[in-house]
Formats: sequence, C-alpha cells, structure tokens
Amino acid sequence: MPPMMLLLLLQGPPLVVSPTGPYTSIGAAVTAAPPGAIIMVRAGRYREPTVTVDRPLTLQGQPGAILDGEGRRALLIVHADHVTVRGLEFTNTGTAYTEDRAALRVADAKDCHIVGNRFDATFFAIYLAAAEDCVVADNVIAGRPGREAATGNGVHLWSSRNIVVRGNRISGHRDGIYLEFTRHADVRDNVSEGNVRYGMHFMYSDSSAYTGNTFRANGSGVAVMYTRAVDMTGNNFISNRGAAAYGLLLKEIQDARLFANTFRGNTVGLLADGADRALVTSNRFEDNGWALRLLGSTVSAQFTGNTFRRNSFDVAVNGNGTSATFSGNWWDGYHGWDLDHDGVGDVPYHPVRLFSLLVERAEPVLLLQRSLFVKMLDAAERALPVLTPAGVSDSHPLMRAPDRGSR
Amino acid sequence: MIVTRALGKSFGKRGVLRAIDLHIGRGRITGLVGPNGAGKTTLLKLVLGLARPDTGEVIVDGHRVGPAPAYRAAIGYMPQIARFPAHLTGRELLETLVALRGATVEPDLSLAEDFALGDALDRSLGTLSGGTRQKINAVLAFAFRPNTLLLDEPTAGLDPLASRILKDRMLTERVRGCTVLVTSHVLPELEELADDVVFLADGEAKWHGPVGQLKKHTGQPTLERAVAQLLAGGALLAVA
Amino acid sequence: MTVALRLVRPALREAVRGRWLIGLAAALALAGDLLIRFGGGGDTTLVSLLDVALIVTPLAALVVGTMQVHNAREVTELLLAQPVTRGNLFAGLYLGTALPLAAALTIGLLAPFVWHGLLIGPLGLRLLALGGVTALLTLVGTALAFAIALRVDDRVRALGIALALWLGAAVLWDGVVLLLALLFGERAIEVPLLVALALNPLDLARVLLLLGTDAAALFGYTGAVVQHTMGTAAGHAALITALALWLALPLCFAAKTFNKKDF
Repeated sequence: MPPMMLLLLLQGPPLVVSPTGPYTSIGAAVTAAPPGAIIMVRAGRYREPTVTVDRPLTLQGQPGAILDGEGRRALLIVHADHVTVRGLEFTNTGTAYTEDRAALRVADAKDCHIVGNRFDATFFAIYLAAAEDCVVADNVIAGRPGREAATGNGVHLWSSRNIVVRGNRISGHRDGIYLEFTRHADVRDNVSEGNVRYGMHFMYSDSSAYTGNTFRANGSGVAVMYTRAVDMTGNNFISNRGAAAYGLLLKEIQDARLFANTFRGNTVGLLADGADRALVTSNRFEDNGWALRLLGSTVSAQFTGNTFRRNSFDVAVNGNGTSATFSGNWWDGYHGWDLDHDGVGDVPYHPVRLFSLLVERAEPVLLLQRSLFVKMLDAAERALPVLTPAGVSDSHPLMRAPDRGSR
Repeated sequence: MIVTRALGKSFGKRGVLRAIDLHIGRGRITGLVGPNGAGKTTLLKLVLGLARPDTGEVIVDGHRVGPAPAYRAAIGYMPQIARFPAHLTGRELLETLVALRGATVEPDLSLAEDFALGDALDRSLGTLSGGTRQKINAVLAFAFRPNTLLLDEPTAGLDPLASRILKDRMLTERVRGCTVLVTSHVLPELEELADDVVFLADGEAKWHGPVGQLKKHTGQPTLERAVAQLLAGGALLAVA
Repeated sequence: MTVALRLVRPALREAVRGRWLIGLAAALALAGDLLIRFGGGGDTTLVSLLDVALIVTPLAALVVGTMQVHNAREVTELLLAQPVTRGNLFAGLYLGTALPLAAALTIGLLAPFVWHGLLIGPLGLRLLALGGVTALLTLVGTALAFAIALRVDDRVRALGIALALWLGAAVLWDGVVLLLALLFGERAIEVPLLVALALNPLDLARVLLLLGTDAAALFGYTGAVVQHTMGTAAGHAALITALALWLALPLCFAAKTFNKKDF
C-alpha cells in the first residue's frame, strides 16, 4: 500500500485551500481541521489575517502557494505541538520596530517541523520562542538588506531546546541565525551570507554545536558570546571584511572546541576576547588580514595543528601577552630548518611580527604594509631575532602543512 | 641678413657678450673669429634662439628672434659637435627633421651626392667615422634651402676633398643670396671664403669689416696675421 | 601635439635598436616567468611581482630619464634649430623617452601572465591595474627625471639626485612616516598619514595596487577616513588623481625649465 494511502487512513482526507475553494483561506481551513489533519495549500496568493495554528496539523504548500502580509502583519503563529509547515512561501511582513514581527512564529511548542519554505522580504523570518525538539530545515530566507534596524533575524531561537537548524540559506537579515538562551542546538550545513550584522549570533546557549556551515560576507561572521562548551566543526568563515569585522568572535566563553574550520579572506580570522580553555585544532587560516587576534584575557587556549597561510599577520596580541599556547602548527612564514628530520622545525616560531606590534600602537600605519621599509624591517627581524617581540611562540612548528594544500 | 642690437648675454656672473651691434649682410660670407670663449658659439645660439639674450635683440631677415619658431625654417645650422643618436641612420634623422618641418618639404640632398655619401646615409650614425658624421651634419644644414647659414667650425674633421666640396657649396649659396655666418679656427680657410670678418673678444665686436680692409688696417699680408695682430694689440675698435 | 608625436617614432627606434630597453623588458619577463612557475601564478605571485613593479619601475624611469636628457643634449640643439616650438619639442622628447619605457616595463611585467594564460581569469582585472599603475608610475618617474636633469647640467650630479630621490621615496619616506606615526600614535594620525602617503607617488601606487590584493582585507580594520579612501570609487579616483598630479606638476616644472633654458 502506498504511504500516501496510509496517511489518508490515519489522518483522513486533506483539507484543500485554493483561491476557488473548498477553503479560500488558510485560516478557515485551520479552524475546520481536526487534530492531525493535513491542509493542502494550492497555488495562489493568500491575503488574510495572521493565521494561528492551535492544534497539531500539517500545512503543506504546493508550488506558488504564497502567504502575503501586504506589508502589515505577521503571517503564521504556531501555538501547538506536532505542527509541520512545509513548502509555503511567506512574503511581505513589512517592518515593525515595536514588536519582533515574524513571518512564522513558534511559541511554547514541541516537535515542530519547518521545512522547505521560502521567506521573501520578511522582517524576522522564523522565530522560535520557548520551543523544544524542533527542526528548521531547507528553508530559503532572503531578506531585503537595508539598515540594521530595519531588518530582523533570519532564524531566531530564543530560550529553546533541542533544535536542529539544517540546510537553510539565509541572506539579507540582521543576523542570519540568532541563538539566545538555547540549549542543545545543532546548527548544520547552513549558508548564511550577506547579512547586515552577523552570519550567526550565539549567546548564552551552552552545549550547542554548529557544523559544516558557511558564513560569507556578512557584517561579521559569527559571534559566540557568554556560552560554555560550544563545538564548532568544519565551518567556513569567508570574506567578512570591514571595520572591526571578523570571521569568528569568541567573547567570554569557556571550553569551546574549534576543529577543522576554514577562515579565509577575513579582516580578522578569529578574534578571541576571553576564550578560556579553548581548543583550536586543525583549522585553516588563509588570506586573512590577521589570522588571530588574541585580546588580553584569553586563558589557557591551545592552538595545535592549524595551518597559517598568506595572512598579512598571523597573530596579534594585545596587552601583556596571553597565556595561549601554540604547538605543532604550520606557518608559511617559518623559515627554520629540520636537521633531525622529525618533521618539526628546530627553532621555535614567533608569529607576532614587530610591524604588527607597531600597528597595534598606531593602527593607520597599516597603510605602510608591503612598503620596502616594512620589508626591510621584516628582514632585519629575521637577521636579528632580538627585534621580534617575545611572548607568543610555537615551540614545535611543523615543517609540512597538515592540510591537503601545499606551500 | 642678421642684425643684432645691443645684444648682451651672460651665463651666471660670466659676461659672454656685451652690447653687440652687428649688421651681417645678405649674399656675403662673414667669418666669426676670436679667442676661445669669446662667445662665437653663443652668438650663433642667440641667432637660433637656442639661448635667450639678456639685453638687446636679434633680427633675422626682418623677423625678431623670439618664441615664434617660424623664422628658423629658413636657417641652416651646423652645430660644432655632431653627436647624433647612435642607432639611427642619417636618413632617419633627416626624415625626422622633415617631419618636424611638415611633410611637404622635399629635402635637397645634392650635398650628399657631392660628398658621395652613398649608403653611409643608411648606416647607424654610431658606426660612422667623425668625418662622415660631419658630412651628414652639413647635409642636414643645407637640406632645406636656407636663406641663412650658421656654421660652427664646419670643416672640422673633414678631409681636404670634402672640405673643398663644402666650401664650394658655401660659395654657391652666397651667390644665391644667402647670409652665411661661419666660425673657424682655420684662418687661411676663412680668408679664402670670407667677405667680411667679425672679431669677437672680451664680449665685444672689436672689428667688423671686409677682410681686405682689416689687412690694410693692420698692415698684415694675411688674415691670420691680421687677427694675430688684433689679439696682441688689444683694444682697436674700427667698424668700417 | 602631432609635431611632438613625430619625435616618438625615432626615439622608439633608437631605444629598441639600443637593445637596453628590450633587455629590461626581457629581464622583467624572465623574473615574472620564474615567479609564476615556482610561485603557482596565484595571489602570491602577483604580490611578489607588485613588489618588483614598485621598485624597478621608478628606479628605471628616474635613471633612464636623467641619462636620456643628457645624452640627447646635442640632438636637442639640432632639433631646437628647426622651426618648432619649445613646447612641442619638450613634449616630443618626454614622450619619446617615457612612452617606450612605459611600454617596455608594462609589457615585461604582463607578458609572462599572457603566455601562462592568466590574463583571462580571476587575476585579469588586477593584472590590468598592475599594468596601468606601472605605466603611470613610469610617466611620473620620467617627468621627475626630466625636471632634475634639465636643472642640473652635470650628469653625475643629476643621476645622484635622481637616485637619492628614489631612495627617499622608496625607503626613507616610509621610515620617517612610520616613526612620526608612532610618536604621535595617541592622537588622530589617520588624516596626516594619508596626506603623507599622498606626498609620495610610490606610496600612492603601492596603496592603489594593494587594494586588489589580500592585504585589502586589512584596510577594513582602520578608521573611517581610510575606509572611505580605500573602499569607495571616489576614494580610488582621489588616489589616481593624486598620482596624476605627481605626473602633472613635475612635468609642468620640467617644461617651464626647458622653455627658459639656454642650450
């Protein structure tokens, strides 16, 4: 027996919404639906008051099924457990400065599935507040990029638990993905680009993980703040440029693990401002202005097996050094020998250049980068290691890059 | 015809020429003589506008020498040192001058034929001997049917045959009505050519007059001896 | 102007037959070829070549420019005796020196990228920028050289001044600017620093070229004025204008000198 038939047996026949009936509005169908019903929404533009789903059901949109807020209202509020929203297109919420107006809001609900929808020109797109065990997957969310205040977040999670955010494409919002007071979130394989503030903003959300995401050309890449035990694996932080822009900010966090991420073409790759006991392993830092900026208070962070390639500066530290330790990384600026052929350079590498210290003192002298004088400064530094600032050093610099690429 | 009025020129503190008044006539060859550093080349350059006078003026065939360059179309100039671009040929240099003057001019290469320059015109100037380069220097000066010829040591480095060809040409140009002003250290040669002599010394034209009159005035049989007399005798101003 | 252009062809012939121009282009092309072969032809190669361009171009222009003025002294007199204005002649002599040199340097730099097929591709636009800045820098260097050599008749002294100028612009200026910036680092040094860089054509060229490289990521970091200068079309235009002024002013000065000069 085909699965659709099975569903029909369990849930009864679907309620059909279309411009010509039987139901001409989604709201009417929801009101009429028994718990567990399937509502099929046919192609058409539905302009109707905000729809509230107060019972378990499945809203299934067909291609061209558009819920239009006419620039005036939120579109769909889910207020019940076991709700699935699939294949719908949400558009035109308008902006609202006094409320967090969302195209789709889930509040106090469990086991929701928001899959394969489109959000076009919405203020907030998907807003989960006090939700549990939900999946937000494969949605395409395209905001109207404008001033920061004039746009909300793409996927906004507040005080929620066990949420999977997977395979979404998010652009043109304030923060692409926003997590606050959320536990056990799993953010995976999303692409968040061209957002006004952050690709992802992560606050007070302990024991969460994000994996395999790409954050490209956002105001800044990802900010992880005030959080414990975050796993960051296999993400790409790319081309986040501008004043105070970075690929990833770790601020006041403990026990973070960064593994196999790529930071490429950012003004600052990784900015750590209080990242205690962070383990930074096997990441690639390429073509960044600064690969790493470590601000004073980072305690006991460990950097191992990372690759540093074509960064203008590998490491900048601020204040009186840092207690971060470096061991077994590969640096393209390392020119030491390996006479005993153990794969590790015989002398330590000092990744903080004299010029980068000067830049810390007077930032605009950056404009002298690549001038002949600064090159001579670098050469002098190589000839007279006493010029190199002490402090940060890699005691076991690798002779061969650990990643796939080559020198 | 070249007229200078109260022409003065100094380089830095060194006064080279002071209040020179000359009237160098058409159809005559005028020899410009004087000790080294007397300002002979400077006078030629003032006529060409290569140097600018401090005082006075130069008038060439009725045109006052100034920024307007057109009057130079009728001047042929042989500079003293013929140092040309080493990798160009004489013909290319000539073509450059033709181009500068406007392409309508057809250069007169009869002097090149007289010199029998042959393919030397098509060889790199850097590979030519000094004498051959001087011949090309002369060809360039005579190529545009000048009414005025300014020749700075024209026979320097030329063999006697070439020297004679050049002098014959100068005489022909005189007959044609050209104003010819020529400097030379070889006074017997000048005696052979010149109708008039201008003797420059101490920044002044100490003598300007026909060669014969100068010889008579000094009581010397040759121009060379007459000029030597002038050099030894100091101030002797007699403008005929 | 057409009169001036008539001098360019013989000047080009002279330069090409003299072979040093071709030698210069060939040396640059060889260096570029090696960089591409062993550097992979990516960003790193371009940045290395950018260094070559910023060092070699002004040095070549200054040296060749001063020597050319003195070497052409006699032929200049011959040309001045022709019925042409001094302005035309100056333009001709300048273009006759600067254009072949700019062509040789630009071709020498870009040729290896052409035969490695890199001109069409992600580097293309930046290579064209490199070529453009190289050409402009050659014109600037030659103008400065003319301004020096027309003032200073002693060729050794003129060459010495030209080399000192290069050393000053390429190295010392930046050193002094860096020192001053650090001394006054507490205050707003952004604008004075930009002004100081604008006063050095090599810094202008370097900053213009850096905009297209990885180092551009850095510029995001500095303050608002730098942001504006580096990040907007108007800012780029300002940089190019400043560099153009570095061409126009020495050229005017040299032309004036030439116009008044006694030969």
